Amino acid sequence: MSEKLTVIQLQHKANDVRKSIIKMLLEAGSGHSAGPLGMAELVTTLYLDIMNIRPTQPNWNERDYFFLSNGHTIPVQYAAMAEAGYFEKEELKTLRKLGSRLQGHPERTKLPGLENTSGPLGSGVSQAAGVAYSLQYFDNQPHRFVYVVTGDGELNEGNIWEAAMFAGKYKLSQLCVFVDRNNIQIDGNTEDVMPLESLRGKWENFGWHVQEIDGHNVESIQDAASMARAIREKPSVIIAHTIPGKGVPFMEYDYKWHGGAPNSEQAKEALRKIRTLDGKIVGEHE
Amino acid sequence: MTDYALNPHYASDDVTREPNRAGFGRGLLEAGKKNEAIVALCADLTDSTQISVFRDAFPNRFVEVGIAEQNLVTVASGMARAGKIPFTASYAAFSPGRNWEQIRTTICLNDQPVKIVGAHAGISVGPDGATHQMLEDIALMRVLPNMVVVVPGDSIEAEKATLAIAENNSPSYLRLAREKTPVFTTEHSPFEIGKAYVLRGGDDVTLLGTGVMTYHMLMIARMLEQDGIHAEVVHVPTIKPLDEETILSSIRKTGRAITAEEAQIAGGFGGAIAELLSEHMPAPLKRMGMHDRFGESGTPDELAVHFKLTAETMIDDVRGFIDKVPQYKPGY
Repeated sequence: MSEKLTVIQLQHKANDVRKSIIKMLLEAGSGHSAGPLGMAELVTTLYLDIMNIRPTQPNWNERDYFFLSNGHTIPVQYAAMAEAGYFEKEELKTLRKLGSRLQGHPERTKLPGLENTSGPLGSGVSQAAGVAYSLQYFDNQPHRFVYVVTGDGELNEGNIWEAAMFAGKYKLSQLCVFVDRNNIQIDGNTEDVMPLESLRGKWENFGWHVQEIDGHNVESIQDAASMARAIREKPSVIIAHTIPGKGVPFMEYDYKWHGGAPNSEQAKEALRKIRTLDGKIVGEHE
Repeated sequence: MTDYALNPHYASDDVTREPNRAGFGRGLLEAGKKNEAIVALCADLTDSTQISVFRDAFPNRFVEVGIAEQNLVTVASGMARAGKIPFTASYAAFSPGRNWEQIRTTICLNDQPVKIVGAHAGISVGPDGATHQMLEDIALMRVLPNMVVVVPGDSIEAEKATLAIAENNSPSYLRLAREKTPVFTTEHSPFEIGKAYVLRGGDDVTLLGTGVMTYHMLMIARMLEQDGIHAEVVHVPTIKPLDEETILSSIRKTGRAITAEEAQIAGGFGGAIAELLSEHMPAPLKRMGMHDRFGESGTPDELAVHFKLTAETMIDDVRGFIDKVPQYKPGY
């Protein structure tokens, strides 16, 4: 990254990512809406501010790593990667199309810059822990960090808690997991489908340093990541409370938008809401 | 005939016997000396899988993950992303038995050179019973794109196979057993991933073995020799990629084949040969192994007899097949 973006600029970039998400999903005709929209600030801030990366050298050997565990939210990662300069934004239109590098769920071997292949839930923390263990114990590279985003519904998976135990045992302090706590999964609200609370208590009991933040507040995301990097005794989890479908009022809080893509009317309305921040800004062409 | 360097004493009663996991232990130690990128992970079965040999030599490159096979292979996937060549060890019933999806997604589709070592496979694990007698692993691993599947015939070959998969830059499965089994290969026998080997030449039938069952095929060939039947014995330690050329060329000559494995024939080694033959030539095939059933408790020797997985217990079926089924000739 050349110059640091301001918080306001990062917020605008997150909104640009939201627009890209809507356009991609409309073009693809399928995919997940609510999760990616809710994670826009989180993933945008990671790619454009927090992570030490070189988008034109995706395999730069001093880079930080990013693992998307909930692979179905991949539109937000593709959109943020395009903003960061891994590839042209034009390519976002190929999402889910035959021959595209932008597969419906992320595939490492297809697109430089992806660190893993995910989709089946629950494996991202383990993979990230494998990298974090290597950096900490095999390669002695204490300055590099491994960031993960998981969904909250995904925490139903046993594999997650195997990873939580593992990272706790080995005090993988270069591992920083963001939980996108948006309270929805396919069959309903997380606390109805399979309760996760006390989520903080669970991670604490597994030996993790836990922070809870407003996942739409760029400064909170920056501060929490900074704190996570400063904690050297434990792995860190940041429970980012987010609103599913954030930015598009008719999608917000509604679990039915977990797995759906907008039609053209809905997309038009969604883009207008995102552009005007739900009517708070009136553009000159309105 | 063949110039394969068989152990000249393989048919003797006092043939050297050693568990093939011992060969794995030696091979991994050797591989670890050659390449610092090799690391080892285990799910609470360090001694019995013999990965302890590596742990003792390179304690800083060994990682204990506890009884968590899903985590075992996904942490290994991450380590591979960080440039390591991870060997993961557990019992085959658990890995790849329990963590197939993680192997599929984070290792095979993700194309990372993680090595899955499945120990104590087959009914020969004995008294532990059916839960621990992994018979479906060959089928489970063979169906995965990018995966290499190796079933070594004895401890010497297991050592060579371990060194080979350490260098093949590919997801790989190595199947091991607990019991001591006859050592029929030698230091001088060739081993290359993807190669099958003609151990003994013959024109009347092709006997295809994988793992320890190749030894029994060799013994069967000796019994058939007394009947005046010349069996060709082909050892197939790599089930994927399959050495189609060597196998087909043998069966083109003999016109019929028998497979033997200590695993389910459905989807297993026998399944692989059935697929191959049905695409290339309609030569008659008999598959020996486990026929759509689970094992049970018993001593390894009792079970091998009970399930007809020894030369002595297979010979009647082999003779029956040869008597009854004519050789396929091209042009029929």
